[in-house]
Amino acid sequence: MDGAQTALPSRFQAWFEGRGWSPRRHQIDMVRKGREGRDVLLIAPTGGGKTLAGFLPSLIELAERPPRNAAGGVHTLYLSPLKALAVDVHRNLEIPIADMGLPITVEARTGDTPLAKRQRQRLHPPDMLLTTPEQLALFCAWEGAREYFADLRCVILDEIHAIHGSKRGDLLSLGLARLAQFAPHMRRVGLSATVNDPDMLRRWLAPAPGLADLVTGDPGAPPVVEVLVSQNEVPWSGWTARHAMAEVYQAIEQSKTALVFVNTRFQAEMAFQTLWEMNDANLPIALHHGSLAAEQRRRVEAAMAREELRAVVCTSTLDLGIDWGSVDLVIQLAAPKGSSRLVQRIGRANHRLDEPSRALLVPAHRFEFLECEAAKEAVEANDLDGEPARVGAQDILAQHVMGVACGEPFDLQALYAEVITAAPFADLTREDFERVVDYVATGGYALRSYDRFARLVKGRDGRWRARNGEITARHRMNVGAIIEIPVLSIKVASTRGQQRVGGRKIGEMEESFLEQLSPGDCFLFSGRVWRFETITGLDALVTPAPGEEARTPSWGGSKFALSTYLAKRVRRMIADRAGWPRLPDDIQEWMTIQQLRSKIPSEDEMLVETFQRGRRHFLVAYPFDGRISHGTLCQLLARRLERAGRQPLGFVANDYALAVWALQPMGEMDMDALFQEDMLGDDLEAWLDESFMMKRAFRHCAMLSGLIQRRQPGAEKSSRQVTFSTDLIYDVLRRHQPDHLLLRCARADAAQGVLDVARLGRLLQRIKGRITPVELSRVSPFAVPVLLEIGREAVAGAGAEAILQETADALIADAMELD
Amino acid sequence: MRWVRLRTGTAETPIAPAAAAPAAIALARSDCGALWIELMGEPVALRPSGGLWIERAGAFVAGDLHLGKGSSYARGGQLLPPYDTIATLDRLEAEVRALKPRLLILLGDSFHDPQALDRLHPEDANRLRGLAMGRRLVWAEGNHDTRRGVSALGVLPGEVADEVVLGPLTLRHEPGPGAQPGEVSGHLHPCAKLVAAGRGVRRRAFATDGRRLILPAFGAYAGGLNVCDPAFKGLFEAPPLAGALGDGRVHPLPFSALCGD
Ligand SMILES: [Fe+2]
Repeated sequence: MDGAQTALPSRFQAWFEGRGWSPRRHQIDMVRKGREGRDVLLIAPTGGGKTLAGFLPSLIELAERPPRNAAGGVHTLYLSPLKALAVDVHRNLEIPIADMGLPITVEARTGDTPLAKRQRQRLHPPDMLLTTPEQLALFCAWEGAREYFADLRCVILDEIHAIHGSKRGDLLSLGLARLAQFAPHMRRVGLSATVNDPDMLRRWLAPAPGLADLVTGDPGAPPVVEVLVSQNEVPWSGWTARHAMAEVYQAIEQSKTALVFVNTRFQAEMAFQTLWEMNDANLPIALHHGSLAAEQRRRVEAAMAREELRAVVCTSTLDLGIDWGSVDLVIQLAAPKGSSRLVQRIGRANHRLDEPSRALLVPAHRFEFLECEAAKEAVEANDLDGEPARVGAQDILAQHVMGVACGEPFDLQALYAEVITAAPFADLTREDFERVVDYVATGGYALRSYDRFARLVKGRDGRWRARNGEITARHRMNVGAIIEIPVLSIKVASTRGQQRVGGRKIGEMEESFLEQLSPGDCFLFSGRVWRFETITGLDALVTPAPGEEARTPSWGGSKFALSTYLAKRVRRMIADRAGWPRLPDDIQEWMTIQQLRSKIPSEDEMLVETFQRGRRHFLVAYPFDGRISHGTLCQLLARRLERAGRQPLGFVANDYALAVWALQPMGEMDMDALFQEDMLGDDLEAWLDESFMMKRAFRHCAMLSGLIQRRQPGAEKSSRQVTFSTDLIYDVLRRHQPDHLLLRCARADAAQGVLDVARLGRLLQRIKGRITPVELSRVSPFAVPVLLEIGREAVAGAGAEAILQETADALIADAMELD
Repeated sequence: MRWVRLRTGTAETPIAPAAAAPAAIALARSDCGALWIELMGEPVALRPSGGLWIERAGAFVAGDLHLGKGSSYARGGQLLPPYDTIATLDRLEAEVRALKPRLLILLGDSFHDPQALDRLHPEDANRLRGLAMGRRLVWAEGNHDTRRGVSALGVLPGEVADEVVLGPLTLRHEPGPGAQPGEVSGHLHPCAKLVAAGRGVRRRAFATDGRRLILPAFGAYAGGLNVCDPAFKGLFEAPPLAGALGDGRVHPLPFSALCGD
């Protein structure tokens, strides 16, 4: 305690005391690391004064700074993945600064900051600038950046656990490497929630090949997690947890403020509506998800801050965010899919370290009950699922290289040396780097016909620069690593003259969802039922349709896949018969019948059931490895079964199992051969190149790398108005230069994200030699949940060609009948 | 080949007054993936390439090649792959090899912009010359800017025409206003969109009501305009049939199955 007291200047010590606080150990540790000039990662639970710990060294340094005549540059740069967080941190920093009367200026800068203010910030930099990674990328592409940041002493990265494993993280990491060139005295401070592999974040934070120091906050009281056992029995299938909503409502009634987390927007709408229907006590309950209009979301957030709400039904939009002191219960509707996400969400409740956070998990069906139990155990054991370290994406590097050239001319060797200090790019070869630079300059085509249109030119001084001001201006308009999914505004239709026009805007929705609706269809949005009328330009027009039955769109299922860690725990729970008696009766009964009729697989075994039902033959496998790798596995199995003459007709997958049905029986097949790892070779390659996932990945890479510019000077073009189709470009490029940089980027992205090929590889390895085939005379209890998904969700494999063929065949059949 | 008769004009919302609508379009699918239709009584094949084969005239028609579109964007700083002209010529040559037409008609917008001809790679120019060997090549340019480019420079072979008349058919770049029985045109780049199994499929497409025909763009990078767009209003006497380009075949899709963007 003595050490703690001497570490803080008396003014600060007094301030803490005045507030009735004493500085925490990790806050003192952070001050010490600051004095030593160390890069440091702070891992602490929410509510532990983490943000203050990050800023404290800078506040002290600035408070002790001798008065100066000339205005200096930015001393501390704070970067947060959320705009709202930057604004909130600003508010919180003003308190100690005002209380102690410190001569420190703090300003926030986001995309919403007015242009005049942004210009003023350039002329008169504040001591502390709070902003987002995208603004850093813009600074890198600005001529004045080197001078502007020359005095920078400290950069603070908030919530880095949420950003490091993404393309946004790649861009941020490159931006830091650039910043280090401008500001040789800069040290790096990272703030993170609890993670399973702190060393990975320490490496990510420090300039490669270094490792940042680690400071850990004291853990808070362990959270109290309960799994809701509904009075109604746990359903076989589904994902809405509708059966338990009355109990959820009760839990809300008994708490001060509850956050009700769900996994998709549609689920949020459903849950909100159900709660509203049973809201006899008229509790103020609100809805928050990414499709709602920004003003509406802000209103909900403000009402939360004023402690006026009893519950908010929300999606991952509230996983991160500002602290709300009144939240004392977190409810997770349907399984959380991963323990880290669950811990993050539980952390939103009760930001006082001495009291435990409370969480209630509400499984939507039987496997999810096991999953919720597994998640609960994982949280109690603090067993978090992690992501593997990431290799930096080259489309992002291309964007960064262009940005650097917009800022100032660069030397090839010097820039390479700089880029490999960004941890995700530490292993980048000089050759690959030069290929990226060539891509930025001329497109990287074997047919060298664009040299005269080069975007980068090499000057007589041997340095590379942007060809002209227009190229620079275009780049600056398109900075960032966030792909905005094409959205349409949802507006209430009104009539002007003969025309239907859009009136009040109620929110935004992905184009891909609206595509699935026909005029007249009703859907839930913003807690009400609307009738879809038409699309005009960028608006979808709707009219209120109270009391109408809302259609279930196919964006129903969970977006997240079951994490490997939880999957393993679920497998263990199923195999562990001694633990069964702890489960509710209907789950026990279900598992007992499974044992009688088929088999309970052991922990590292994969059960494969085959049976006939009607005229169809089914194969159901239980890898328990998440819906994404299951979906990919289905695609590849279908190709194999096709070649083996089994005439597969369709397939479906959930987080636990997958089912394929075919015209021919599959029971006598050699399962080890069917599930052999070599399917990840040619089969995968061939299917991938044709798949629409690949086209989407290509589109994103083309945008991020600057091949296609979403925003053009003069006109705000939306993605709907891009005058060429990236699919056409993809087809041509694939045929003429299959090893082009962008195609390699797209393949890597598709394999990593939407297909999770790496995980599928691990799965196939795990089950090798451990497949237990069982031929059944009828469907088993375990197979029911996945089979119930047939028809509910779109068959993921339905190819574009099949869709065309089907409609055309129907037409021809129709025509034949008329004859 | 088996011909079936498809009634048109039965969709719930006819896009034009259906007073003079023909009763049916005769359709047949052939093994090579083409879709045969009778256009004003003339049997023609809608090819999976997006081109039109008029068998009795020995004529192959391709519209909206938009050669040089990639380099046109490259000039402005978006370095699209420079292979579009090659890809378009590859497909055109493949059709000429397969069909051996006596007459090759390029139905306008052959070059993407007025300078595209200047940017044309000498090798690609040679390929265009090769296509004119042993047959008539007609640039049916309409009143477009690029026409000046094609004819004035005289670097490419072939004749330039406003329109071409073949039996009951009149071929021109831009669709004329109102009903134009027997017209074959391009310019609008029609495409068709279906939504099924939770996803949308958007493809280039022929659009026809059996009386007039609009060809999809042939150029590798040419975009498309949805046939449900108002630009198509009034062009057809009955809701048109869309011949969507699939992998190696043309899929006939009824207008009632299509949706807008
Ligand atoms: Fe055109």
